[in-house]
Amino acid sequence: MRTVKTEEITKNIKEMCIEANHSLSPDMKEVFEKAVGKEESELGKKILSQLEENLAIAREDMIPICQDTGMAVVFMEVGQEVHIEGGSLTEAVNQGVREGYFQGYLRKSVVSDPLERVNTKDNTPAIIHYDITEGDRIGITVAPKGFGSENMSRVFMLKPADGIEGVKEAILTAVKDAGPNACPPVVVGVGIGGTFEKCALMAKHALTRDLREQSPIPYVRELEKEMLDKINALGIGPGGLGGSITALGVNIETYPTHIAGLPVAVNICCHVNRHVHRVI
Amino acid sequence: MERHIKAPITPEEAKELKAGDYIYITGTIYTARDAAHKRMQEALDKGEELPFPIKGNMIYYMGPSPAREGRPIGSAGPTTASRMDRYTPALLDLGLGAMIGKGKRSQAVIDAMVRNGSVYFAAVGGAGALLSKCILSSQVIAYEDLGTEAIRRLEVKDFPVVTVIDSQGNNLYERAGK
Repeated sequence: MRTVKTEEITKNIKEMCIEANHSLSPDMKEVFEKAVGKEESELGKKILSQLEENLAIAREDMIPICQDTGMAVVFMEVGQEVHIEGGSLTEAVNQGVREGYFQGYLRKSVVSDPLERVNTKDNTPAIIHYDITEGDRIGITVAPKGFGSENMSRVFMLKPADGIEGVKEAILTAVKDAGPNACPPVVVGVGIGGTFEKCALMAKHALTRDLREQSPIPYVRELEKEMLDKINALGIGPGGLGGSITALGVNIETYPTHIAGLPVAVNICCHVNRHVHRVI
Repeated sequence: MERHIKAPITPEEAKELKAGDYIYITGTIYTARDAAHKRMQEALDKGEELPFPIKGNMIYYMGPSPAREGRPIGSAGPTTASRMDRYTPALLDLGLGAMIGKGKRSQAVIDAMVRNGSVYFAAVGGAGALLSKCILSSQVIAYEDLGTEAIRRLEVKDFPVVTVIDSQGNNLYERAGK
């Protein structure tokens, strides 16, 4: 058994919330810079250069990249050989979010009840997804999610007979319907298979995968590439004002499913696609 | 084409602007998003005054992040406009001059814009740090309890936007994606 103190988790989460909101992760930086040179529309080029300038200002002046600093989504991969000391792990994560959002001058965007809608004023609670893994480490991914793009995300309960063509159509439908609302260029996370909730969780998790890596499954790898080309052929473009760069990447995760089903979830994210990963 | 305009705006000035124009706004604008629109609608339902003169003014759909010491505002980019669509036609009929946001609008909003000679601008979504540099001052003028969703009066200089829907109802988003 290895002991990890809750205060160490809190400290890391705090730092990760601030980091994610002020600088692009290395993979996003690389795909964004590559895409900038490929845009051909004049207005599209202008929007992309504004986004580049925005990223530089955010980093240098410590102003959040976007005012919607998101609801804090946290993936916790907790090794089964880890003993956690110092109180509730969930509270430690929420305390990290609380401190990060205060000390980082991040916007508090969470309401305590979906219908009564009173702001909790500290951006908690976080959305925490726990996974128990082997080993004695804790993997933490902090992915603050803005709702301009979250609102445009979809779940499609397809039939097995819809097959891969049905999946492609679902992805294109979601991106087309999102249009300018999701702050293109976007990143598209897709979950295929599992159950209703599992495919949505896979779509969210797919957004946190390094954009420079490809799926280990050959047909999924092909599908990711094909969908990126098809989405960019839609012409939505940067800011939705027309152009060839509508998406920066498509990441797909799959899971076994039921003989009667083919669930597909499409989680759309903006060009920032905040995600920071640490292992402690 | 590129143009520099002043806020507030008259219907005559708004008519000059065409979908696709790149615009720099200088002057006074007001922020309001979901919760503030709900309150404004409740005020109108009760026959009360709105917290700022609506005629000719521009509403910026925006809720900023907190300002660091010595700065007027934090990150300050546009939020999705369509969430305000339910409340917008009534404001347009009262003379709302223009709106700044991002994303699509409903047909009811576009009809009300044409009826009243108003325009809809898009600021770049996700460029909140850059846009904050064009905001010279920010003052909460109503609904302070709403925090980031309070109504703020902003003084802006050369605030960059694109005319997406003009006063004739031409829509740049419809041209994109075709």
